[in-house]
Amino acid sequence: MKKIILLLACIIQFTTYAQVDSSLFKRVAVQDTSIQLNVDATYNRPFLSVGKSPVAVGGYIEANTNYAVTDGVSEGLSFQMRRMTLFLSSAIGKRVRFLSEIEFEDGTKEINIEFAAVDFEFHPMFNLRGGIIMNPIGSFNQNHDGPKWEFIDRPIASTTIIPSTWSNVGFGLWGKYSKNKWAFAYEAYLSNGFDDRIIDNNLNRTNLPATKLNPDRFEESFNGVPLTTLKTALGHRVLGEIGISWMGGVYNKFEEDGLVLDSRRRVDLLAIDFKTTLPIKTAIRGEWVWAFVDVPSTYSQQYGEKQRGGFIDIVQPVLRRTMLGFEKAVLNACVRLEYADYNVGTFNETGGDIGDHMYAVVPAISFRPFPQTVLRANYRYSWTSDLLNNPPSKTAAFQFGFSTYF
Amino acid sequence: MDVNLIPKLQTKNSMTTKNSMTKNKIVLFVVTLCFIAAACSKLTEHIAPKSPDEDQLLDGPIEGLSELEKRQFLAGDAAFNGELFFSGNGLGPYFVTSSCGSCHAGDGKGHPFTTLTRFGQSDTLGNTYLHLGAPQLQNRALPGFTPEQLPAGASFSKFMPPANTGLGFLEALTDSQILANVDVEDANADGISGRVNYVTAPDFFAPLAHHQPHNGKFIGRFGKKAAAIDLLHQTVNAYNQDMGITSDYLPNEPVMNGLSNPYFDPFPGPEVQLSTIDNVVFYLRTLKAPVQRNSSDAEVIAGKQLFLDINCGSCHIPEWTTQQSTIAALSNKTFYPYTDLLLHDMGSGLDDGYTEGTALTPEWRTPPLWGLGLSMNSQGGSYFLMHDGRATSIQQAIELHGGEALAAKNLFVNLSQTDKLKLIKFLESL
Ligand code: HEC
Ligand code: HEC
Repeated sequence: MKKIILLLACIIQFTTYAQVDSSLFKRVAVQDTSIQLNVDATYNRPFLSVGKSPVAVGGYIEANTNYAVTDGVSEGLSFQMRRMTLFLSSAIGKRVRFLSEIEFEDGTKEINIEFAAVDFEFHPMFNLRGGIIMNPIGSFNQNHDGPKWEFIDRPIASTTIIPSTWSNVGFGLWGKYSKNKWAFAYEAYLSNGFDDRIIDNNLNRTNLPATKLNPDRFEESFNGVPLTTLKTALGHRVLGEIGISWMGGVYNKFEEDGLVLDSRRRVDLLAIDFKTTLPIKTAIRGEWVWAFVDVPSTYSQQYGEKQRGGFIDIVQPVLRRTMLGFEKAVLNACVRLEYADYNVGTFNETGGDIGDHMYAVVPAISFRPFPQTVLRANYRYSWTSDLLNNPPSKTAAFQFGFSTYF
Repeated sequence: MDVNLIPKLQTKNSMTTKNSMTKNKIVLFVVTLCFIAAACSKLTEHIAPKSPDEDQLLDGPIEGLSELEKRQFLAGDAAFNGELFFSGNGLGPYFVTSSCGSCHAGDGKGHPFTTLTRFGQSDTLGNTYLHLGAPQLQNRALPGFTPEQLPAGASFSKFMPPANTGLGFLEALTDSQILANVDVEDANADGISGRVNYVTAPDFFAPLAHHQPHNGKFIGRFGKKAAAIDLLHQTVNAYNQDMGITSDYLPNEPVMNGLSNPYFDPFPGPEVQLSTIDNVVFYLRTLKAPVQRNSSDAEVIAGKQLFLDINCGSCHIPEWTTQQSTIAALSNKTFYPYTDLLLHDMGSGLDDGYTEGTALTPEWRTPPLWGLGLSMNSQGGSYFLMHDGRATSIQQAIELHGGEALAAKNLFVNLSQTDKLKLIKFLESL
């Protein structure tokens, strides 16, 4: 906490400085002109450098209004300050750089270090990264900045099955190779992992994000077994990008003080992500994830052994010209389709399908006065079924908000 | 979409003039959007999901609650439907499921996944398996614990969770109102007797003026065998036996077959506050009675007449009226539960060889039929009727009636197909 305050103080200092001399801040141009893959998302953000210092700062903010009606009942209109995120990067030396990302969620309810790692570049194909890293599972986790998306809510499967934003203390290697129209990237990390909250929590469902409630997870591994995350992605300048990733490890405390308490129980996630742009400029991207959790058979089927879900975003620019004085403004018509099934399987007692799933359709309009700022209007309709597969409850949400890098 | 995140560097001057220009435009833009948003809210009425009609829902309070009572209802609702137990707030370590709402979804009936097992004896001399974990089997356990096994030789029965609606009205009836229908010796020779189950009251039970104890025991009205005297009795047991949640009323975790007591409890101490129990009991008392649908439909009316004609109504008594209650909104109210709250011998087909209190093994308490037509909305799209959910349709439930209900069942079986359908349509309207 102290460090965060210090950091804030620094930034405020910079800002006041900046008022004296507005030429102090300079946009840092991203030099990399190769095909941008998800692996690049960490650095592919607008930064401001400060004077001649090697330090660059940045961040984004998002806020929105929300009016939701569930089966005819509404809690009324709320204003939501979703998050403010600060980036701080610095080129420590030749081919050694540091980047951190600190997020304030829902006001100051949650303050998280989402990323704070040092990269040592030995070769473009061989970078060593260590610190608080973002596990490269799917594409959203590493590429989650609000201003990059046309939708106000984060994709549901990416935040409730994949626990985005999911970062851990760890080390690993990554690399990228590009030639002509092609690019290839890999990432491999060992980090701290999950704990047994994932199948024992007050949501009464298998919930990987529940691990984030463990305050000690940046300090020590819950069971001493590292979580492995592997990802590989292939990109093409015209065709787009496809990535396959896997993350797995043991989540339970199977041993304590040398006493064996349980067998080692695993959690594994497998994800596929893709993005492409059609010749008519339609941008399509999405990801799909499967999660497999070894739940003791003597426990409760309330907690699913399998989960799956994903989303697909279709974004069609309909106007791309000077609008309201913004020279290169873009107006997009968009739709997101998403699905999450938290408990894939059948009841032991009846053989009938277990419910606990949801679907949503989100038609949306987004307006980008410039690339790093987006104003969004979303209409979100979702169907949620309970464990027993009773008739789903229906929710419609009207959301309006913005997200911008600053 | 891959946005180009490298903004053009602009000169200082062009920035300032642009800025004041864009500022106005932004204001204009935001105003326009606000306008659109306002227009949208008009649209809301058309494109937002509507609330289901009142008669489609079991959840909801009775009419006429005071503001204070409404607050307590909401607090009870939150505990009943919203409080999900896990190891961190006391679940188990041995349990059946983890919340009231998981077994009584939307206050409706349960599902085979939430069916519980009671075990013990087949005579009325008392449960001899109490030291072996009776009366209830905790068939699930937290990770690292082993669930309870049925002890050898015990007889058992499976209980499908019933709906929880309108129970305050049933609780508000006086003992003498219930006793008025008792006909142990079948004096009216209709083949239907009807008894009450006299049960030993727990320490925390506080009798009301109308309670009429018999040899120190009280009339049970809730549960499949009418083993719970009032809603507090039922609720305290449910926390303890169904979820392994202890309270000051029942401070010990349920006894486990194969474990000596007390066993290791990862979450010691009372796991639910007495005030929460009070709120839940108040919530149960003030849940509305199900509202009949299509009551003016000609077939439904004809079906109801058939129901009465073939004597279904001798046990499933349609109409009752409360007397004075501590809750004003429950006083002097007429309601339509279709039960007599009495035990009936239902024949050998429904005899599981297990019993509770003074009930005999083939005896079951007449279940209320109100809300029957909404059962599928909480049973995952199917019917699971009768005490253990063995009937998967209303017709099958009727055909399983035996013993005292054999004559009525035979009359039903002999009805023409159209009359059967009318009767079932009536039951579905409840
Ligand atoms: C494991 C599933 C399960 C859970 C959890 C559960 N119940 Fe029940 N409930 C049942 C069953 C089965 C019965 C029938 C019990 C009997 O015959 O004794 C029942 C009966 C009842 C009744 C009596 C209804 C009637 O018409 O006789 C009430 C009231 C009730 N439950 C309330 C609760 C409350 C309050 C909770 C939470 C504290 C709860 N239940 C938790 C399964 C459950
Ligand atoms: C002798 C009393 C008696 C008579 C007469 C009687 N019933 Fe029942 N009924 C019961 C009892 C007791 C049960 C519960 C049996 C069990 O749980 O196994 C029951 C259960 C039911 C159920 C299932 C309710 C549920 O929630 O699972 C239905 C439906 C039903 N009766 C309809 C009828 C109809 C229709 C008739 C007339 C043909 C009828 N009953 C006659 C006593 C009676």
